[in-house]
Amino acid sequence: MTTREIFDSMEYGPAPESDAEARDWIATRGPDFGHFINGAFTDAGQGFAAKNPATGEEIARLTQGSAHDVEVAVAAAAKAFPKWSKLPGHARAKYLYALARLLQKHARLFAVLETLDNGKPIRESRDIDVPLAQRHFYYHAGLAQLMDSEMPGHAPLGVCGQIIPWNFPLLMLAWKIAPALAAGNTVVLKPAEYTSLTALLFADICREAGLPKGVVNIVTGDGATGESLVTHPDVAKIAFTGSTAVGRRIREATAGSGKSLTLELGGKSPYIVFDDADIDSAIEGLVDAIWFNQGQVCCAGSRLLVQEGIAEDFHARLKARMDKLRVGDPLDKCIDVGALVDPVQHQAITRMVGANTEGEVYRAQVAMPEQGCFYPPTLITGLSPAAPLMQDEIFGPVLVSTTFRTPSEAVELANNTRYGLAATVWSENLNLALDIAPKLAAGVVWVNATNLFDAAAPFGGVRESGFGREGGWEGLSAYLKPKAKLTPRKPIEPVPAPDTVEAPGLDRTAKMYVGGKQARPDSGYSRPVWSKRGQLLGHVGLGNRKDIRNAVEAARGAAGWSRTTGHLRAQILYYIAENLSARADEFAARLRALTATSAARADAEVDASIARLFTYAAWADKFDGGVKSVPIRGVAMAMREPVGIIGALAPEEAPLLGAVSLIAPAIAMGNRVVLVPSSPYPLAATDLYQVLDTSDVPGGVVNIVTGDPADLAPALAGHLEVDALWNFSASDQAMIDAASAGNLKRVWAPEGNPDWLGGDGEGRAFLEAATEVKTIWVPYGE
Amino acid sequence: MTEAQTATEASVRTAPSDQLPQLHLPRNAGTGLDLDWVARVQANTSAIERRAATLPGRRSVKKAYQAAWLARAVTLIDLTTLAGDDTPGRVRRLCAKARQPVRADILDALGLPALTTGAVCVYHEMVPTAVEALEGTGIPVAAVSTGFPAGLSPYHLRVKEIEESVKAGAKEIDIVISRRHVLTGNWQALYDEMAEFRAACGEAHVKAILATGELGTLRNVARASLVCMMAGADFIKTSTGKESVNATLPVTLTMIRAIRAYEAATGFKVGYKPAGGISKAKDALVYLSMIKEELGDRWLRPDLFRFGASSLLGDIERQLEHHVTGQYSASYRHPMG
Repeated sequence: MTTREIFDSMEYGPAPESDAEARDWIATRGPDFGHFINGAFTDAGQGFAAKNPATGEEIARLTQGSAHDVEVAVAAAAKAFPKWSKLPGHARAKYLYALARLLQKHARLFAVLETLDNGKPIRESRDIDVPLAQRHFYYHAGLAQLMDSEMPGHAPLGVCGQIIPWNFPLLMLAWKIAPALAAGNTVVLKPAEYTSLTALLFADICREAGLPKGVVNIVTGDGATGESLVTHPDVAKIAFTGSTAVGRRIREATAGSGKSLTLELGGKSPYIVFDDADIDSAIEGLVDAIWFNQGQVCCAGSRLLVQEGIAEDFHARLKARMDKLRVGDPLDKCIDVGALVDPVQHQAITRMVGANTEGEVYRAQVAMPEQGCFYPPTLITGLSPAAPLMQDEIFGPVLVSTTFRTPSEAVELANNTRYGLAATVWSENLNLALDIAPKLAAGVVWVNATNLFDAAAPFGGVRESGFGREGGWEGLSAYLKPKAKLTPRKPIEPVPAPDTVEAPGLDRTAKMYVGGKQARPDSGYSRPVWSKRGQLLGHVGLGNRKDIRNAVEAARGAAGWSRTTGHLRAQILYYIAENLSARADEFAARLRALTATSAARADAEVDASIARLFTYAAWADKFDGGVKSVPIRGVAMAMREPVGIIGALAPEEAPLLGAVSLIAPAIAMGNRVVLVPSSPYPLAATDLYQVLDTSDVPGGVVNIVTGDPADLAPALAGHLEVDALWNFSASDQAMIDAASAGNLKRVWAPEGNPDWLGGDGEGRAFLEAATEVKTIWVPYGE
Repeated sequence: MTEAQTATEASVRTAPSDQLPQLHLPRNAGTGLDLDWVARVQANTSAIERRAATLPGRRSVKKAYQAAWLARAVTLIDLTTLAGDDTPGRVRRLCAKARQPVRADILDALGLPALTTGAVCVYHEMVPTAVEALEGTGIPVAAVSTGFPAGLSPYHLRVKEIEESVKAGAKEIDIVISRRHVLTGNWQALYDEMAEFRAACGEAHVKAILATGELGTLRNVARASLVCMMAGADFIKTSTGKESVNATLPVTLTMIRAIRAYEAATGFKVGYKPAGGISKAKDALVYLSMIKEELGDRWLRPDLFRFGASSLLGDIERQLEHHVTGQYSASYRHPMG
């Protein structure tokens, strides 16, 4: 075109970013790549092609990691761990700082290579992925520096197996490696098979940073390689980002292994627009929500909920905005939407959208490249919540939309999902926005913005979007464990029936406690509880899965407890302590009779139970969140929210104190509890419900189901409305872990039990398990 | 000379007439004052700033495209002098620059001869000089008016000033609004003032200067934009160039979104003029891409878009010479205005 013609047409024209340097790097280091193990690249082996999704061209070849490769990498990481973990924080900080600097120095190379390999627009890799990755290493250099003084009493986990997705290859690597290294762990990381090149470039700069051999190992390969890593016995932790389906498989594969686990999974994040929003800005936000990275973003605002009165206008303006998107060569600096990562992804999206029979489909009226893996920005309006596309993650540039009438209906629709990763709220009314944000089932909420990320702000999900946080001190703690003295859990057999029965004077029947009422077991069966001296202490109901069902239903009904103030919960915990104290002698006598312990020990357990209630009454209004120092004008508030309904399997030992040690932190933080008490000594806990009854604890907040944990634990672990499961009993952990995969509930089961009378029996670890961190971003400015 | 060249030249020669405002479009007739609409307007500052901050990274024009865009920018400049020491000689010099804004050899190399700027913008006293200097070129003279820049002279004199400038030959009148009406939320007063200024302009086109740097918030900017359009402004303009903050991208985004909303509601296309602080060719490209993205290509014409700028042209001239020669240019190689 002549200048004159352009002068008339005012078109943008091509603005290509050169890929020469990236191709040079591939040619020099590859083009056949091996793994990076123990500080060196291995010889390339059998494997697969790395392709440029914009063209389909093969740009390099990668090695399929075998079980043996994983073995060698884990061994290298294990060998490096003792020395690395013992380095002073400052020494690790220097390495992380060097990595940050090197990422910065090679910023354009990383960006171009990422775009070449993944298909995302160069604008995004250059302005978002790479700068955020740098920031992550800088931030974690700081955490490493401060860890020794700020996180005393914590130790790294060991070798961390890390498996990352293809949508943000370098950024997810940074999110995984930086905190692991800062905390003193060593890692074996498997990048996604579609996108391994920037991980290999990162391996290159690890050498430039002088990182000790074996601290970072990169093994390329597909799901089979990942499985070798997940099941490797010497791996202490698995950190996974990817699909919910694979996350669930990892949960099952690691069941009972004792591996620490964090999962950052899928989402169907709501994007709520109220009628008082700045509509043009909300529409622009959608561009960053669903057309960012071709919609291949776990926290993509993919489910538009718009207030009915403005919906027509909103959709019309949105369509006009969509028509301005530019789809094409990801290396062009003037492109908004690049290529999907692989034809497989294209087919999956096409299939899902093709199967939809509801609503109206609008495709952006834009020029599409003639070849390559491109999908047009798409909007589907008028869907009902029942439509599969409103429920299922599409993971592509497809936005689905429905309307709501009131704020509470917006919340209901937003939360009508199995996922809970992120949410966006647009309103110019601060009262409304700050009322809605805490009500959304999501780990991250953006108010009048979307897809804001920073190393200082915890990121992660609730429900089936996974668990664990990345970023901030909270993210670091996912790579640490408390240095507590723990004893492995061992079953205690109930006292057998004596030859001669000593019957009590007057029959006392311990019932279950469900919804604030005493309840007989559904089964109609009870078992006697004997003292060591052969005295019949009472009967206890044999609960079954229906009793668990009823208890969980009661707990659900007590959702109002989660909205009470910390002050109120403290008052009630103090009141429980007061009433327990009034009956201290009776409880001590019960403990002596049940466990044949000494009077002094029984008194000590009751006293400790009262003190523990005080501890959590104290914490109820003090386990604060924080305001994170993120680089925007605004605040990112990390709020501590209750997990929801916690199933708690109490320890067999310390039948009163053990139960109190679980109930108190859970309810102090606003959770509702279904407790399965000590199976050999259940009566200490059933006596407790009388105390709860007289202490203003609302019905359903604490529910007690007695019976055989072998029956009750699977029902509780498998229940899809139970959000977390704490196991301090000797129940089969592998069964619990596997059953919990159904709704990916948070399982908390330390390696062993603490001395309940001591300091390890209470404190922050319990509070952290009882809360989820929700990060609420509120940019401001008028 | 080949036929093709002749044809090109002929079409370029007609270009100045393109630059007469509102030649092809109906003028904004205004509407009644819709206070409900004004009250509904929202402008989320941080979101608008994010859009403005990321746009330069999202849009890029290179090589021949960049040269063509910069040439387009030249045609959109209201070449301006608004200084107390303006003299007829100074204004004639500026008008000469408006007629030949870029060295002829550079324009020839670009295949774009006969470019002119969009207008020349002066104070009332300089209008006759400018009109005379531009006679026959088709380049309109714009006069700042209504007690520019503060707009606090007696109201009847402000109206009279418009009439005088129109009588003196100004085809465009850049009025300043009473900021106090915005700051006190007296939309009716703003509407009435604007409507009367528009009436006083007669056939001359009126640009409403909002002095956005003095309006306090983007929400006020959005509301003032709407009210001025409702009262019949042909253009809305950011600044006098005399405020401490002049044209910015967030303000631009706010104002052009108001223009878009107004067009959607009424069908009238209203022009936009950022003024003050745009001095680099690169900035001009960002502004043009923002207009293209948010309003569309139709606005990239002098009847709907102007840069109020004095030093921008110099930077564009150097960039254009760089495009033609491949070498970085020097400012003294380009005739001053």
